[in-house]
Amino acid sequence: MPTIQSIAGQLEPHPDVALVERVRGGDVSAYDTLVRKYERQLFRIAQHITQNREDAEDVMQDAFLKAYEKLEQFQGNSKFYTWLVRIAVNESLMRLRKRRTGKMVSIDEDIETDEGSVPRDLADWAPDPEQNYGQAELAEILRKTIQGLPQGFRIVFVLRDVEGLSTEETAETLGLSVPAVKSRLLRARLQLRERLSRYFHKKKGLMETGIVK
Amino acid sequence: MTCKDFLALLDDLIDDEVSPNMRTELQTHLGRCGHCEVVLNTTRKTIEIYRSHEIYDLPSDLRERLHAAIMSRCKKGC
Repeated sequence: MPTIQSIAGQLEPHPDVALVERVRGGDVSAYDTLVRKYERQLFRIAQHITQNREDAEDVMQDAFLKAYEKLEQFQGNSKFYTWLVRIAVNESLMRLRKRRTGKMVSIDEDIETDEGSVPRDLADWAPDPEQNYGQAELAEILRKTIQGLPQGFRIVFVLRDVEGLSTEETAETLGLSVPAVKSRLLRARLQLRERLSRYFHKKKGLMETGIVK
Repeated sequence: MTCKDFLALLDDLIDDEVSPNMRTELQTHLGRCGHCEVVLNTTRKTIEIYRSHEIYDLPSDLRERLHAAIMSRCKKGC
């Protein structure tokens, strides 16, 4: 049964549904289209969770292969993309467990922290703070900053804010309640903001002394 | 409204999930609290920066190699 989604008040099937139906009917080229559409996102998500490029490559391949094998189990009551992301998140966590030789790895790890829950750095940022850094330097700052977040906050921020899943989809994908997603999202956003502040402050003092104009 | 109340609703404001009445209250607080205004603006900017910058690049040659590997295994029935 096709997924029905409400778009601007009208009921229309998601375009992925037709592709999934074609794959089920034996058309592998339709799966090629789906892989191409989502491979970058899956690679990004896997890299955010595993923080290792080789693991992310393996996870991305394994996730698409697993999805292909299990396509009959895709019910159509969630988006194909959300279903795919859930597989990739699970594969990523499994990969981490292997790397840590069987140690428990879960998205509940390390979240008992109050860091960042109360904003401390209240100085304003420069108007376009990223302009003060070269592209590679900025990417390094952003990587380092997000890697410092507890796993359970990082995954929520990545799915919700970077990959654009809704709060409900993020909750469904991670097996969390909606209030838990909301609470982690706020903490993640505030911690990132706090940590980025040190790079993005207005250079007020220096401008006033005339060192920087 | 205190800064703590404002902070509790920060995400709802950013995600545009507040009622018109609540929005007015939040705006009133912002009008007299420079600190909360900074927190709101810099949190918005934080999200925007992460959305608009690719920090884990997938180079096209690697992408093609991985894509080919996936499709070749799917064609063999995995």
